[in-house]
Amino acid sequence: MARSFAIKHQPGFTAIAATCFVVLYLPIVILVVYAFNAATSTSEWGGFSLKWFQSAWQNTQVIDATLRSFQIGAIAATLATIAATMAALATTRTAAYPGLTFKYAAINQPLMVPEIVTGVALLIFFSRIKIFTGYSGLGYLIAAHTAFCIPFAYLPIRARLENMDLTLERAAADLYATPWRTFRRITLPLLWPGILAGLMLAFVISLDDVVITEFVKSGGQDTLPTYMLGQIRRGITPEINAISTVFLLLSVAIVTLFFFISRKRD
Amino acid sequence: MASAEEVAKAAERRDIRDRWLLSAPALLIIFLAATGPLLIVLVYSLLTPGPYGDVKWQFSPEAWISVFMERDIFDDTLSVAAAHVTIFWRSIKLAIVTTLATLALGFPTAYFMATRSEKTRDLWLFLITIPFWTNLLIRTFAVLQIIRNEGLINTVLLKLGIISAPIQILFTDTAILIGMAYVYLPLMVLPIYASMEKLDFRLVEAGYDLYATRFQVLRRIIFPLVKPGVIAGSILVFIPALGAYVTPILLGGGKTMMLSNLIEMQFGQGRNWPLGSALSIAVMIIVMVALLAYVRNAGRSEMRHG
Repeated sequence: MARSFAIKHQPGFTAIAATCFVVLYLPIVILVVYAFNAATSTSEWGGFSLKWFQSAWQNTQVIDATLRSFQIGAIAATLATIAATMAALATTRTAAYPGLTFKYAAINQPLMVPEIVTGVALLIFFSRIKIFTGYSGLGYLIAAHTAFCIPFAYLPIRARLENMDLTLERAAADLYATPWRTFRRITLPLLWPGILAGLMLAFVISLDDVVITEFVKSGGQDTLPTYMLGQIRRGITPEINAISTVFLLLSVAIVTLFFFISRKRD
Repeated sequence: MASAEEVAKAAERRDIRDRWLLSAPALLIIFLAATGPLLIVLVYSLLTPGPYGDVKWQFSPEAWISVFMERDIFDDTLSVAAAHVTIFWRSIKLAIVTTLATLALGFPTAYFMATRSEKTRDLWLFLITIPFWTNLLIRTFAVLQIIRNEGLINTVLLKLGIISAPIQILFTDTAILIGMAYVYLPLMVLPIYASMEKLDFRLVEAGYDLYATRFQVLRRIIFPLVKPGVIAGSILVFIPALGAYVTPILLGGGKTMMLSNLIEMQFGQGRNWPLGSALSIAVMIIVMVALLAYVRNAGRSEMRHG
């Protein structure tokens, strides 16, 4: 044949894919550009300015909400990752045993329920506990975030474990290492990239949450996303663009890190 | 003395017990802050509403009746609650159309990604992963700024003289649809890509050798082989689309209500917690039906392909 026949070609697919990538990024690019707009309006360009970043930085509500988001995210992601690591160790590298399928289903359950339903369920449950105990601190938000972060943290850890066989652990046991020592010196170092990836994923998921937080939070417990939601509903100023831009940068940084850690093959 | 078999049995039992202990924290947290409260919602849906929100501990099927029916305040007769039926129908319709739209766009995109060279594939995957992990609220807000009357689309069309007045997209069902398709597209692309990556193109070649057209190859060879990914993607888009909360609030502007807004109202101004609970369970039932269809489908296609 004179010209090779491209077996992978499908008419129009490349055009659709190109459109998708452009459409995915264009709104985000415009959002970022308008964060640097000197004008108060979000539709007309009034020259380059950093004043909206400055005004966001001086807005104590924004700073409070950001710190709260970080606090909840850090605690919830850490707890979720610890629980998920243990669960992953318990559900991989074994023959099927009674209850294994149940565990998979239970761990993934938060993914199967629309957030609005979980939000409502927690609102009801926590409002009872609030009346009962009188406690109304951040503990509720942290508990809720930990629960829905577990399946996300579990994913990369389990994937990593499934690619590790038991040879090294068995060798350590043959050499009279205690189970704890084997875990600390062999399993944990090998598993570390998976744990790190899980931790970052959980942190991003916690930072992003709007719906469940909106239902669980008490007065004055706005996280950055719920604060932004409230502001956007009231009317848009480029300050929201500025906050979004910083938030986006942070997410992209974490995702990039995650991507390299989870893609790296040893 | 214990036989070797008994020792092995005991060791296995110990192993299983240790594995339960290890998974206990995760299971406990999820039970306390995710699964358990769902059971409370079920109980609440069968109680009487309290005067200022919350419930009275008294059994009543009223909430479930009001999911689809309305009781006349004068003569107590039941009629279909048109408002609720409309909202259910709109939410299900929008979720299905969103799923189909993301499939129509996501399938070719995943195919494009999977047919790149090994080296560049990771870059495309990275490009689709970034929007996937960026804040949904921010992405919805970005769409809002594009489709506003003063947004990019209308400005460009006005400048080009194609339209003389801005098209009202914001605060319509179309806006919700655009927004949901935009935010959930990566959820469709990723699982299809995962199936597509494993596709053996020798089968495609064999199809062409047997004089199949491009469309026949797509329909009879590629599509059946990546079907598990398509179904997984559809489920991943359908579930959050059905319960979407942020998108209708920002892009529908409260004028066009969806299920999530109807549910939220019962815990705010409406103050009918049992009805809100019953509506939530109704959403769960729809999701479960969709999941069951998925499990049955996935099971069958696995059997077929061995």
